[in-house]
Amino acid sequence: MTRVRLWQLGIVGTAVIALELLCRLGIINRFTMIPPSEMVLALGRVVATAPWFWPDVRYTLGNLAAAIALSAVGGLLIGLAVHAVPRLRRALDPIFTSYYAVPTFVLYPLLIVFFGIGPASLIVLGALFGIVAMIVATMTAIDRIPVVLLKVARASRLGIWRTALLLKLPAASPHLMTGLRLAVAYSVIGIIAGEFILSTEGIGRRVALAYNNFDNQTMYALLVLILAFAISVNAALGAFEQALHRRWYRS
Amino acid sequence: MTARSRLLDYLLLGIGAWLAWLALFQWAGPEALSPPGATLRRASEYLASGPFWGHAAATGLAFFYGCLVALIGGLALGFALGAQRLAGQVGEPILSSLYSIPKITLYPVILLVFGLGISAKVAFGALHGIFPVALFTIGALKNTSPVLVKTARVLRLTPVAAARTVLLPAALPEIVTGLRIGFSATLLGTLIGELFASDQGIGFMLIRAMEAHKVLDIMALTLLLFAFAALANSLLLAGERRLHRQ
Repeated sequence: MTRVRLWQLGIVGTAVIALELLCRLGIINRFTMIPPSEMVLALGRVVATAPWFWPDVRYTLGNLAAAIALSAVGGLLIGLAVHAVPRLRRALDPIFTSYYAVPTFVLYPLLIVFFGIGPASLIVLGALFGIVAMIVATMTAIDRIPVVLLKVARASRLGIWRTALLLKLPAASPHLMTGLRLAVAYSVIGIIAGEFILSTEGIGRRVALAYNNFDNQTMYALLVLILAFAISVNAALGAFEQALHRRWYRS
Repeated sequence: MTARSRLLDYLLLGIGAWLAWLALFQWAGPEALSPPGATLRRASEYLASGPFWGHAAATGLAFFYGCLVALIGGLALGFALGAQRLAGQVGEPILSSLYSIPKITLYPVILLVFGLGISAKVAFGALHGIFPVALFTIGALKNTSPVLVKTARVLRLTPVAAARTVLLPAALPEIVTGLRIGFSATLLGTLIGELFASDQGIGFMLIRAMEAHKVLDIMALTLLLFAFAALANSLLLAGERRLHRQ
């Protein structure tokens, strides 16, 4: 495993150094991209000095948390309901599988008309992005519950609720976790995209402002921040998901 | 389940969706939503108009190139990393983190690098599509039964011959799943590219409708896009199921 880690570190490190050199040597010009080291320095400067930084981070994270909660809970409930009606599920299947090919945020202006500019529109947009991944994952999760567990439940005469809580939920947890990870990833995209397009606050809004003002320092600083956040959240949830999968499918 | 009852299901779903849409329209008002009938009429007007097809052709061309880059690049990357264990272990997590990043935030970078026009759209589409194709290919190769790999070795097949005659057919169903998801992602990427960086295409029509706040146009275009994505996806899904059955 350590050998793999070393290789990964080497590849990512080489890529960053190559980018640094390309920028320093002027092969990529400064108006296109600034060297990675400057991005990090600029991020430090933004964090230390920009008065808008912490309020905007709070705004974005707060909306993100609400969107994730909505899509996780809503997706779970809708997934359970649709799974209970196989015919409905088959009819809805093409919609679920092609949902992510349509840019949902074209509906954002309509949300703004309805909810006004502010957290509510962003949260609904983020939840619209995340919810379908959770619905699909919930249905997969129920499908994959081993039949033998249900037999055990019947043999031990567990009631519906105790079966659901003690057997079904733990057995479904690996795939539910997959759904949660995807819902988080999609909600991030939805919230940031919404802030990009139209918003009065938030980190996505700051990136758009910096881009419009040709302020590459701030823009790349914030991009590094967003990417680092997305990658580390995804990696953490992914590791948890792997652990759940191993626990349920290899023992 | 017979074809007829399935047809009935779709019919019921359509009626249900129509009623839900009407109810939502009543609730949200004409400022936020357009009614279903008028939206369908506008969508069919689009389909009958010349300028719409001009924009559709622009999107189609960018989408086609984006798919080409994503599919060829993704397959090459997937085979290169999936054929060898260590390379796969090293590369897969890197690719999946790249897949997970909100690529929409990279649009200023793409614009700065490629400028406005078709190359930015293609790049944005390919950027979305290449990772799922590569990841599914790696997964498919990893799940190939070791017996097949050993057989190829016993027969002393060259790596290329082994890939073509043994690995590819065995991994094909899962690779096709990756292609389908890559297809959707590339379409999304191309449209996003057009929203921000274009003077023609369906995405451009959308952003213009968004800026002028033409609710009916936004809804009609979204409906058409969704119909196209769902249709293409269903066809690919049908092909995929046939492969899985074999």
